[in-house]
Amino acid sequence: MSQRVTIDPVTRIEGHLRVDVEVDGGKVKKAWASGQMWRGVENILIGRDPRDAWAITQRICGVCTTVHALASVRSVENALRLELPVNAQYIRNMIILAHAVHDHIVHFYHLSALDWVDVTSALKADPAKAASLAESLSSWSGNGKAEFGKVKERLSGFIGTGQLGIFTNGYWGHPAMKLPPEINLIAVAHYLQALEVQRHANKVVSILGGKTPHIQNVVVGGVANALAVDSQAVLTVERLLAVKDWIDQLADFVKNVYLIDVAVVGGSYPEWTRIGRGIVDYISVPDIPLDGRNTEFALPGGHIAGGDLASFKQIKTHDDAYFKDGVSESVKHSWYEGGKGPLHPYKGETRPQYTDFQDDGKYSWLKSPTFYEKPMQVGPLPRVLAMVAAGHQPTIDYATHALELVSTVAQTKVGIDALHSTIGRHAARAVACAVEVDELARQWDLLLASMARGDLRTFNKPVFPKGEITGVGIHEAPRGVLSHWIVIQDGTIRNYQCVVPTTWNAAPRNEKDEPGAYEACLAGTPVAIPDQPLEVLRTVHSFDPCLACAVHVVDQERQPVVRVRAA
Amino acid sequence: MRVVVLGVGNILLSDEGLGVRAVERLARAYSLPAEIAVIDGGTSGMELLADLEGIDALIMVDAIRAGAPAATPIRLAGEALPVFFRTKLSPHQVGLCDVLASLELLGRLPRHISILGLQPQSLALGMELSREVEDGMPALLGMIVSELALLGLAATPTGSGGI
Repeated sequence: MSQRVTIDPVTRIEGHLRVDVEVDGGKVKKAWASGQMWRGVENILIGRDPRDAWAITQRICGVCTTVHALASVRSVENALRLELPVNAQYIRNMIILAHAVHDHIVHFYHLSALDWVDVTSALKADPAKAASLAESLSSWSGNGKAEFGKVKERLSGFIGTGQLGIFTNGYWGHPAMKLPPEINLIAVAHYLQALEVQRHANKVVSILGGKTPHIQNVVVGGVANALAVDSQAVLTVERLLAVKDWIDQLADFVKNVYLIDVAVVGGSYPEWTRIGRGIVDYISVPDIPLDGRNTEFALPGGHIAGGDLASFKQIKTHDDAYFKDGVSESVKHSWYEGGKGPLHPYKGETRPQYTDFQDDGKYSWLKSPTFYEKPMQVGPLPRVLAMVAAGHQPTIDYATHALELVSTVAQTKVGIDALHSTIGRHAARAVACAVEVDELARQWDLLLASMARGDLRTFNKPVFPKGEITGVGIHEAPRGVLSHWIVIQDGTIRNYQCVVPTTWNAAPRNEKDEPGAYEACLAGTPVAIPDQPLEVLRTVHSFDPCLACAVHVVDQERQPVVRVRAA
Repeated sequence: MRVVVLGVGNILLSDEGLGVRAVERLARAYSLPAEIAVIDGGTSGMELLADLEGIDALIMVDAIRAGAPAATPIRLAGEALPVFFRTKLSPHQVGLCDVLASLELLGRLPRHISILGLQPQSLALGMELSREVEDGMPALLGMIVSELALLGLAATPTGSGGI
């Protein structure tokens, strides 16, 4: 007999992502992902000055402020065919990369590791054994016996007070939790160390972005950072040296802790390399531009069909017609007025039409994007596969290294095919993070080399023509392809659509009633205890769900704000 | 004594952003002692960790749904603080609550935490506050000033009104 389980919300505080699954015979048969909150920021932008759009769109979301600022400003520059000084690109690139590294570390350690790590089991660990295990895998300085002993003590004090605090409502003791106590202790220690390390990434963003949260330095035409070799008020060599120091510390953690922890978790849960495959049509876009016109990139991207790397079709520039012509969005199953079939974002409409949650009708505020009429998966996994397919050597090296580690831990040969899975998405994110932290250091070198040549330019003035122009701002954000589409009429915004990574992945069924990525990847996921659907969360969290636009109202009336209903 | 006045909320959803609007106006309308940092937290999460640790007091300003008439001033502190950072489905919903929880785990939670706010009237899309909440803003600014006074800190009006 089948059973319906509703998890609402999956993300953040209230009312964003709801996931419904139909469980039969201990497995998910059918799934629905639903965005429970209308974003509609597009409507706010209509009639405004395109130069302000980036500041407004960065408020769409709490986690990804920076990425919307960048995609937005790129859309206006694309419409204007405006060339940027390369220094502006380097500074933006460093912000993009530092933000991405921050996002990946926080996602793994603070948002999803506890799907796999049983905190309470760490109390049974032997710190000496944990240390010898950790030291056999990595030279990280925070892996000693004394460190693990201290963490165990702190944890037992914390849990001993009866206040689990941050760990409340974890699924401790769940039968799907399988790590030995020592690995759990190592993971908890690294969880705490990651809290310290993530700050370095944030500092890089705040020095370069002028302020966090909500960076201030972006302008249409470049960045507002004045570069100087010695002045106090601007970005000086001294500040840039501090930035380099933080980058080096991040790189140490990412390569010697994060990448290894993911491989250990992956190798300890080998069955999860066969769960959560779903949609294997992937899309990513090139990013980290090396020229002022967005035609050369440090990190390639493109389209992979059917999980076959040989099918890879590269997206070469931010003006590539293959990308621009391929995207459309359907609202057949979304709470908007429709009837016109899938629309290209330049023609996109955002007219709400709410009904109830209808299993076969409308059930989400998210639209359903497709690429050449097919649903896609976006995110670090598509990014890493595209970079491998494009022959990007650093990605190939880190991916090979990660898979070798997984194979060692699992004691069986694990190949690249294992990446098409729930645990594979975590592994790919760690690989992407290692590539990105190296690229961050390289962008720093490029900026300093440019300054050393005496080039201090960071801004080209935009000129808005009469008449209608259109542009797309493309960005490979931490969660995947982000595109902002703008139509400008006589210098003001006439239409604006954001097609965000979570819209691709959390999309409801499309015009042809095909499921979105979450929905497809959940099919077949085992569920041991329906009212503790840990396995469902594992797969959804592997995507790093983040429904754009966060409501932060403190709600005194309706607590608890989370419910799991198994009926 | 180090104090953070943190405005949170989404300014694209009218009254949802009243916390951000309030701290913007606070910084304009008052000259504040150096130990007070005023932060526009928007809808951020872990990015705020560094700003909120090692401080003595945190005053959060936010929209508070309490089933009260629009723009009713509300203060939550001590036992009245909602357990909103404890009741979660799983420990994965990152947000301000996770920042507070992380601080708790690190043993660096501020001694004094209070949440000040108004009952929102409208959470509709838009960058303007509702008329009711707009009218309630001076009272909210007054509450923040009183809260600071409670901590022994004086805010001096600059005369620019801030509204």
